[in-house]
Formats: sequence, C-alpha cells, structure tokens
Amino acid sequence: MSIQVDLYDRLALNLEADLVQMVNKTSAKGVLIDISAVSIVDSFMGRIIGNIASMSKILDAETVVVGMQPAVAITLIELGLPLKGVHTALDMEKGMRLLKSMIDETEEDADEDQTADDLITE
Amino acid sequence: MSQTTHQLLKNKKKNILELWMKNQLADEGLREDLISNDELRSQSEELITALVGNLSSGDFTNLDSDEWSPVIEILGGIAITRARQGFSPRETGNFVFSLKEAILEILTIELKGDPMKLFTESQKINRLMDNLSVVTFETFIKGREEVILRQTDEITEISTPVIRVWDGILALPIIGTLDSARTQIVMENLLQEIVETGSSIAILDISGVPAVDSLVAQHLIKTVSATRLMGAECIISGIRPEIAQTVVHLGIDLSNIITKATLASALAYSFKVMRLEVKKISAVSKS
Repeated sequence: MSIQVDLYDRLALNLEADLVQMVNKTSAKGVLIDISAVSIVDSFMGRIIGNIASMSKILDAETVVVGMQPAVAITLIELGLPLKGVHTALDMEKGMRLLKSMIDETEEDADEDQTADDLITE
Repeated sequence: MSQTTHQLLKNKKKNILELWMKNQLADEGLREDLISNDELRSQSEELITALVGNLSSGDFTNLDSDEWSPVIEILGGIAITRARQGFSPRETGNFVFSLKEAILEILTIELKGDPMKLFTESQKINRLMDNLSVVTFETFIKGREEVILRQTDEITEISTPVIRVWDGILALPIIGTLDSARTQIVMENLLQEIVETGSSIAILDISGVPAVDSLVAQHLIKTVSATRLMGAECIISGIRPEIAQTVVHLGIDLSNIITKATLASALAYSFKVMRLEVKKISAVSKS
C-alpha cells in the first residue's frame, strides 16, 4: 500500500479499518506501507502507524514502513514515538526483501506477501 | 553649535583632514598591514564630509535623528569592516578619538581670541565625538559578535562530516561536546545522507566526545531511533571505558542499541550484517 497524500485524521482512520479488513480477507503475511510521499506527520498519524503494526501482528502479518523522510523521522522522534514493533526500510525494494526474509523465517511454505494497492486519493 | 563654528569647521575641513591624517599616520599603532594609507584617507575624508555636512543642522545632541543617520552609517560601516579585518578595539577607537583631537586643535587655533566661546564649543564637540565613539564601539562589538557567530556555525558545519566508508555503510565521527543544537545538525546530516546514498548502516563514532551525560545519551538515543525509523541500522562505536562507566552509573539504558568499542569492530559487525567478507589475497607468484 502506498500513501500518496498527506494524511488527514479521518482518512487515516478509514485507512486503518480498510487495511485490517484487507489483511484479514487476503490472509496476507506482510504489510508494506510506503510513506515516501508523506511530508507532515503528527502524533495521531504516528499512533495510527503503530496501531496498524500491532493489529497486523495480531493477525499474523509483519508491518514494514518504507521511505520515511528525514523530517518525518525527526518529528516522530521529537514527539516521543519511536514506533517500536514496526520494521522499517529505506525503500520499497529493501522493504520487500526484509518482509520476504521475515516471512521465510516464520513460514516454511513461503507465501507471497500481499500488498494492497490502495492508492488513496482525495 | 553656533553658525560661526560650523562655518569655521566647514572652511577648515581640509586642515582638519590633514591634521587628522597626520595624527593617524604618526600613531605608533598604525596598522599598515591591515589598511592602506590611501584607503584610510578616503575613509577619513568620507567621514569628515558627512560630519561637517551634518553639523550645519545645528542639533547635534540627538544622534537618533534622521539627519545623523549618514554619519552613523559611515561610522558603522568603518567599525564593522575593522572588526572583520582584525583591528583591536583600541585601534578602532583611536580612529574616532584622533579626529576629535584634530577638530579641537583647529578650534583652539581659530578661537584663540574668545576663551569663553572656545570652551563652550569644545564642550559641544567633545560630547558629540564621545557619542560617536560609543556608536563606533557598539557597532564594532556587534561586528565582532557576528564574526564569532559565523565561526561557530562553521565549526558546527565542518565538525559533523558524514563519511561513506563502504557501499551502504556511513560513518559519522563526532568530535567535541554534543548539545541539542549539534545533535539536531548531526541528525539532519545523517538522515539526509542516508536518503541520498541509500545506506543501510550508520556508525556513530563518539571517541571524540569528551564526556557523556544523560542529556548527551538522550541525544544519541534519539539519533539512533531516527535512523531506525528511516530504515537503517545505527551502531554507536568508540565508547571509552570511562564513558561506559558513566553511562551505567547514570542508569542509562543502551541495551537496545548496538554498541561497539571501536570503529573497526563496528565496521566488522557491519560487514557481517551485510554478508560481506574481507579476505587477504594470497601472494601471487610471478610466472
């Protein structure tokens, strides 16, 4: 899933719900969130990402956040949200590789991990 | 300032300038290495012209008024350039004081016949020139402060280099104390470099940090967390025994951060993570 706009709170909540539904429906083993287009985050957004990770974890899927911008990283740290439990990677490619390796460790039969292409538009 | 005195100064402008230049050039503290005599002359002339032009306005107790702004501006400019060129405060002050001497000297010659008037006019000139000296000093100090600020910025800038030690491995040697401002710069530089080079491992070397207190440790932890959020791994290396002691004594928890004693071992660890091997090539015998 790739987030292409700055997230508004309502949008983020919908995203959270949709994503968990999606993970459940497709029994995905991995969630990859690309936030390279997100330039502004707040504590709420940070929490949503944390929530998604926790929910996915419960549904037996790993979450990887990729493409975070420096400013966003600094903001989250200053807000005291180090996003524990969320895996991170520099870009899509590295994120996918990380997911694959994690899933291979946990699963003998390597499932193709599912990434829902929800292009969120306003 | 009575009309006559002002007239008198206007007429004697050349004499004042000559006398002033003579005083300046005769001064033992003349810095010919910093400023050429021609330049000094043009500066002096500029200032006198502005000064004599303004004396005509009559009011020269209130330096804040608009009519004095050209004089203040010229003086300020001279003071700032002198601060940058490395003149001492005394040398800069003498520039203004020697002008006062020159004006008073001319006045004394001209008003020999009227001691009373000479006295009052001298008082006025004195007050004016003292005020101008204060202005000069204020600007001089401000100029010096600007220089210091710029140097501080430069030091912060050059003391936080991000080095690519290997493809995908960055090293950042930190030298000197880590305060909030520097941490911010270090963090920004590091994260920016991670994005640009696509590195997956960053090594923070703190062998040049003299002391680590809880605040510095906090800053380090922040930097490590930010790096992790970006999707790179951060290793802290160069931890001296006394720093390890301090950290433990302060009860700072660094257990979730990878720490290595030396940059070399941090690099070895990075190689292991990236599944790289460094091998010694057996000597090839010449055939």
